[in-house]
Amino acid sequence: MGLPPKRANADDTFAKLLRMHARVRGGRPAFRHKDFGIWQTWTWSQVYAETCALAQGLGGLGLAKGDRIAVVGANRPRLYWTIAAAQMLGAVPVPVYADSVADELALVLDHAGAKFIAAQDQEQVDKIFSVASRLPNLALVIYDEERGLSDYSEPRLRSFESVIAAGRDALADPSVAAALDARISAGEGKDPSVILYTSGTTGRSKGVVLSGERCIAAARDTVAFDNLTDRDEVLAYLPLAWVGDHYLNYAQGFVAGFCMACPESADTAAEDLREIGPTFHFAPPRVFEALLTRVMIRMEDASAPKRWLFRHFMGVARRWGESIANGRRVPWLARLHYALGEALIYGPLKNVLGFTKIRVAYTAGEAIGADLFAFYRSLGLNLKQLYGQTEAFLYVTAQADGAVRADAVGPPAPHVELRIAEDGEVQFKSPGMFVDYFQEHDKTREALTTDGFVKTGDAGFFEPDGQLKIIDRAKDVGRLANGQLFAPKYIENKLKFFSDIREAVAIGHGRDFVAVMLNIELASVGNWAERNAVGYASYQELAGNPRVAELIAKHVDAVNRALASEPVMAGAQIKRFLILPKELDADDGELTRTQKVRRSFIAERYAPLVEGLYNGAAEAAISAEITYEDGRKGKLVGSSRIVDMPIHPPAKRSAAA
Amino acid sequence: MNERHTVAVGEPLLSLQHVSLSFGGVKAISDVSFDIRKGEIRAIIGPNGAGKTSMLNVINGFYQPQLGRILYRGEARKRMRPYEAASQGIARTFQNVALFKGMTTLDNIMTGRNLRMNKSLFWQALRHGPALQEEIAHRRVCEEIIDFLEIEHIRKTPVGALPYGLQKRVELGRALAMEPELLLLDEPMAGMNLEEKEDMSRFIVEANRHLGATVALIEHDIGVVMDLSTRIVVLEYGRKIADDVPEVVKADQKVIDAYLGVAH
Repeated sequence: MGLPPKRANADDTFAKLLRMHARVRGGRPAFRHKDFGIWQTWTWSQVYAETCALAQGLGGLGLAKGDRIAVVGANRPRLYWTIAAAQMLGAVPVPVYADSVADELALVLDHAGAKFIAAQDQEQVDKIFSVASRLPNLALVIYDEERGLSDYSEPRLRSFESVIAAGRDALADPSVAAALDARISAGEGKDPSVILYTSGTTGRSKGVVLSGERCIAAARDTVAFDNLTDRDEVLAYLPLAWVGDHYLNYAQGFVAGFCMACPESADTAAEDLREIGPTFHFAPPRVFEALLTRVMIRMEDASAPKRWLFRHFMGVARRWGESIANGRRVPWLARLHYALGEALIYGPLKNVLGFTKIRVAYTAGEAIGADLFAFYRSLGLNLKQLYGQTEAFLYVTAQADGAVRADAVGPPAPHVELRIAEDGEVQFKSPGMFVDYFQEHDKTREALTTDGFVKTGDAGFFEPDGQLKIIDRAKDVGRLANGQLFAPKYIENKLKFFSDIREAVAIGHGRDFVAVMLNIELASVGNWAERNAVGYASYQELAGNPRVAELIAKHVDAVNRALASEPVMAGAQIKRFLILPKELDADDGELTRTQKVRRSFIAERYAPLVEGLYNGAAEAAISAEITYEDGRKGKLVGSSRIVDMPIHPPAKRSAAA
Repeated sequence: MNERHTVAVGEPLLSLQHVSLSFGGVKAISDVSFDIRKGEIRAIIGPNGAGKTSMLNVINGFYQPQLGRILYRGEARKRMRPYEAASQGIARTFQNVALFKGMTTLDNIMTGRNLRMNKSLFWQALRHGPALQEEIAHRRVCEEIIDFLEIEHIRKTPVGALPYGLQKRVELGRALAMEPELLLLDEPMAGMNLEEKEDMSRFIVEANRHLGATVALIEHDIGVVMDLSTRIVVLEYGRKIADDVPEVVKADQKVIDAYLGVAH
């Protein structure tokens, strides 16, 4: 198996990095947490001392090399320290999604064979003990927040305070302290550093084992790529168990020595962001979208002069902002105009959003709309895209400063080898790539090619400028009956960028043409209906209105035009579509809990509608069972009008292709 | 605080004896007797106009009953004003939220500490020396309450801009800031959705168990009342028609006829 290039460095575990920071920049802030309304700060030397005490305490309670310790909770300094403390002992931390229900939690904890669990609060402790009978290895649970737990009589329960205090007492003996120090030095880079469970949207979640030296090698590359230093600061608000948090915040923080600020609670993250003013930031596209919506709503309520100023300068930003950000030639008058906008609009707006100090921001996870992306870029926010995977320890591709575009995810990240397989699947070899799936070696073998590349399961292609474009999951990419490539998600995403369209399901594999079933967005179409005197009483009624169908047909036509301009996709234009009489819902199994459409399930359930799409009918009827929020069942009876769309001739690509 | 008579858990904290209250010719409460024991959650239920809110108003001194006796901590209570009741450890929330709409959540909860501030207005206005120390101590209590009620995200938001469910929570926060011995809640869950009700129930139970507040509450959601309360008093047209533990009240034919309808 081909190993990624190895570079020599002394600090090949996170425990060693922590010790180094305590020595080199002991007085610099390492962690912050807002508690009782006040930001508390810990320096690197304090964090090192606390983590050592915690490690000693955990060791004293029996946590040994190779044992797994699960970490369940929100972003709290002590939970991060637990990860570092475990790594000092050579034990393997396993962060787990805090919002998973008890059943899911039990599956992961049991699979990981967790001996210790660090839990944030009563909620997590209750969940854990409700499934404790299924966790034969469980020896001890440690909790961070005391509230509600004071009268628990469970013998396997300890507070963080007590564990840290015991460790601190033990470390007062110099020989014990020396032994712990020796244990940190004895840690090896090739040992497992962490196990991150995949989110499981594409099957049961797997435990991805990552080694310290590879994690650190990957983080060193991207820290250099984005010039991160110990003067940087992040708001650590992403789920602990997600590779993004472990990489962007923990690994990069421990490599660069920057400060991680933990928000007070999930609800206060937006306000905490403003107070901290991070310099490096990550958010998934839907967060940026929600922020933009909030700004727009607030602007609607502003006074007329303010609205005018906002519209005027946003126009200026749209025209010139992107060019200025990408360092292209811009007339000096436009620069002056933009500078005025910065003083009056962009600067204050970024301040309100907490983006003032951001040097580098990334988004990833799903496709981002070009307009949305351009909005933030044009404000002067250095927003870029990356493409990554848990198996890669995040980065596979990343856009460099000044070479940013909305519809691709960038060239390979430093030291990453990337290729497109015969069938269009993206495959990579990277410095941070995983060692193994925990206790599932057969799955590991399945995930690797014979020459050691990791199969991502995503289909994509390279653009002429070397940036990778992801179109869909490889297994979802199909062919029309005439052999034309058909990427359902690619088409669905293009449709969903219209605010009137909430969900889209594209069908076409093995068929003669592409057809689409849509959900309209009740809020924005409802607003349109109000302005255009279209009366409706329910979603179903609005969805069935012929004028709404006309409105949506315009959007579908725009998507067809866009598809026609891409040689690979021109043959996969949408020929017929309908608007579903019911909103797709996770409670009915039509969406996953992460709000992704389950195409095969939907195709089966709405089979009469699909049939109508392909047999040329002008209307199709459906009756389906639906589940109300309180669990009662009902019957949905409805029909949908089917609309035919004109197909555009494929456009000739310019010489650039 | 004058805690001359500390009352043991389970002993009557407050007892009403043959209390009657009328407004002109209208009898709001007639000859009602019941007690509230230290440490319990006592529910007062009944149809609209049964005299429930009047009952709370009598307890916190807003109304003076024409007849009857009120014993608080074992002592007969004289005529008193609401602020005197407050200084004796009786806090309340209102059926229609009564907060300072233009002030932030934090400031509203701080007002609950008003009775516990000892430094003179002069020093407080200067915000210096001992007054500042005192303010910091009070702020800490308020922050603990904010943490307890999980309202960190609206700490600095004017309460007028908050949704109803959160305003109710802030109002509970202000009452808790008084560190009350007896907490009167007038329909704490009116107009809330299921999730908000569950949260509010949890806060009431925790305030009762962990902060040691004896609770008297009026509530129309019978499911909540049956789950939360230790004992229930049922009023109808100003008269007491039942007074017992939930299981017994639930099965009482008079209560079913007057209020519950079909047995729940």
